[in-house]
Amino acid sequence: MGEDTDTRKINHSFLRDHNYVTEVEFNHTGELLATGDKGGRVVIFQREPESKNEPYNQGEYNVYSTFQSHEPEFDYLKSLEIEEKINKIKWLPQQNAAHSLLSTNDKTIKLWKITERDKRPEGYNLKDEEGKLKDLSTVTSLQVPVLKPMDLMVEVTPRRIFANGHTYHVNSISVNSDCETYMSADDLRINLWHLAITDRSFNIVDIKPANMEDLTEVITASEFHPHHCNLFVYSSSKGSLRLCDMRASALCDKHSKLYEEPEDPSNRSFFSEIISSVSDVKFSHSGRYMLTRDYLTVKVWDLNMETKPVETYQVHDYLRSKLCSLYENDCIFDKFECAWNGSDSVIMTGAYNNFFRMFDRNTKRDVTLEASRESSKPRAILKPRRVCVGGKRRKDDISVDSLDFTKKILHTAWHPTENIIAIAATNNLYIFQDKVNSEMH
Amino acid sequence: MGEEEGLHQTPFLDTMFVRGLKRKCFDGEEDIEGTLAGIKAIPSYNLQRQSLLDMSLVKLQLCHMLVEPNLCRSVLIANTVRQIQEEMTQDGTWQMINTQSTGQASLDRLVSTDILCRSSRDQAEGKHVPAYGTFNKDFENDQAQDSSDTMSTASAVQAPRNLQSSVWEMENPQENKGNFQKSLDQIFETLENKSPNSVEDLFSEVDNSYYDLDTMLTGMMSNTKMGHCDSLETFSSSTNTASNSNCKSDLNDLDHIVEILVES
Repeated sequence: MGEDTDTRKINHSFLRDHNYVTEVEFNHTGELLATGDKGGRVVIFQREPESKNEPYNQGEYNVYSTFQSHEPEFDYLKSLEIEEKINKIKWLPQQNAAHSLLSTNDKTIKLWKITERDKRPEGYNLKDEEGKLKDLSTVTSLQVPVLKPMDLMVEVTPRRIFANGHTYHVNSISVNSDCETYMSADDLRINLWHLAITDRSFNIVDIKPANMEDLTEVITASEFHPHHCNLFVYSSSKGSLRLCDMRASALCDKHSKLYEEPEDPSNRSFFSEIISSVSDVKFSHSGRYMLTRDYLTVKVWDLNMETKPVETYQVHDYLRSKLCSLYENDCIFDKFECAWNGSDSVIMTGAYNNFFRMFDRNTKRDVTLEASRESSKPRAILKPRRVCVGGKRRKDDISVDSLDFTKKILHTAWHPTENIIAIAATNNLYIFQDKVNSEMH
Repeated sequence: MGEEEGLHQTPFLDTMFVRGLKRKCFDGEEDIEGTLAGIKAIPSYNLQRQSLLDMSLVKLQLCHMLVEPNLCRSVLIANTVRQIQEEMTQDGTWQMINTQSTGQASLDRLVSTDILCRSSRDQAEGKHVPAYGTFNKDFENDQAQDSSDTMSTASAVQAPRNLQSSVWEMENPQENKGNFQKSLDQIFETLENKSPNSVEDLFSEVDNSYYDLDTMLTGMMSNTKMGHCDSLETFSSSTNTASNSNCKSDLNDLDHIVEILVES
């Protein structure tokens, strides 16, 4: 009974050895999970329907489809490679039998349609079963082709290619609640696209200075409001958030609201600006709050309060004294994502050493868990981890100096309604399910 | 510990980073830092700051040549460099007036500010301009192009970009070309003399050869510099082809600079 108070996770892990997973995203029902990798591939997992015969097999995720989304390109004008790495995937709300998603690399966004085929026509008059033309002299009667069932085949086709919209690297895409438009943001500009129109886009934010020497701030992430189709937010490398209303003007360079927390003078250092840079911003499902991730913290902002976040959670404050090293090895520029659970009561983000953190907003409790093959076998319960900062060290604690900074969890996703999370750890994908459903809701 | 108290800066507690540097620069610093026997074991704040500055400059210059550099990272590093520069300007380190204990921080700042105030206000800002001419190359790396194209079309009119209207527009290589023209113009502008007098003013009082693009590339410093000279030379990506001539008016040097920017 004492276990009820613990967070219990059962591990179903899928191992992919050949490439870094760079994006993880559940669709709106949670039935499908899309992952993107550094090689430009997208792998979609589908949740098996729960069967009453095997209660423990509660909806495992299996591979549904794999396709090559982006290929490496070479920009001859600039003599530079364009990486095929998938930066972002966003599902469109399902409107018919087919599923659709947007995937993007640094430059090009593509709309993919995923359909199932489980029937095929048989009994043609002019072609035989293999498709070869029949000898007409052997055809003595006419038949009507009929549809016969076949093994399920998942077909993925590129429906739209939104190219040439960005000079700089695309860091986010977000589908509007109107289901007709979406936006894509790069370092300096945000474009609004119509899903059916590929040869033009509408520039709605442009922070490129007239003189590039004056450039001191870039766009780091952006997202549409989940309910209000006219509102979107974008974050900057200086740690500020700007909420924009597309009804106010065509070019939303002027924000409607600016969310910025004043700097703490006692904590000021040469790295203050770098660690304040927001790496991810996510609206809550309710639309009332925003979640931001900077290098050391996650913060919850109330849309109605611009002066400071309503909640701040320390992800790994023990790194504050290591910032110089982390600057030297470039880790200080790592962009971690963050996620809400379905009810907006718990937030999650990744850290180093394959650790990820969860914060319960109601109980104010937090937990550190590890996603690794060594520490968790399939169906094992994850054990909470602890990082000790010198002083008393308990058994199984990890000291700050033995953290592996090459093992970083940048991408995490939470099922829209259930306690299922997907964690991308370098080239592995972990999916954890909560077997005890009560306490986290 | 006492050295850093007055500065309200987070101390650089991480000694892993400065370990290597200590060996190289300690001798150079010894003359200046010799009086601080108590804290010889810990690299001084100024030394650490200088190391950070050098490291940042190296980071900016060493870009992945195949793939476009990360603009966000470049901007953050450049901002860090500017912060350090501003602070070094404020406490007079820039002029090597004092690198000693910061127990006298406030008084020293008064002195250094006084000196800076002798020149025009613009000098402080003007000083940053050539610096960003250097960093600009990182921002503009993604718009690198054949240098010959640039030279011949240097006077081309920039592609008009209608930012203010609600025109549905598509960005294409044509615009990139226009951007590149524009940004190269900027670089040229900062390197050339706007007016001879202002340049004289810029450089008369303050030795900011540190920011001189030429100096940066060749890793050479003027004679007045001490101490951190060594660390700069250690870190700088020296290209010994460029002479110490004034690159601001020499077209050949501009050519050379464009070559380096384009990394052909």
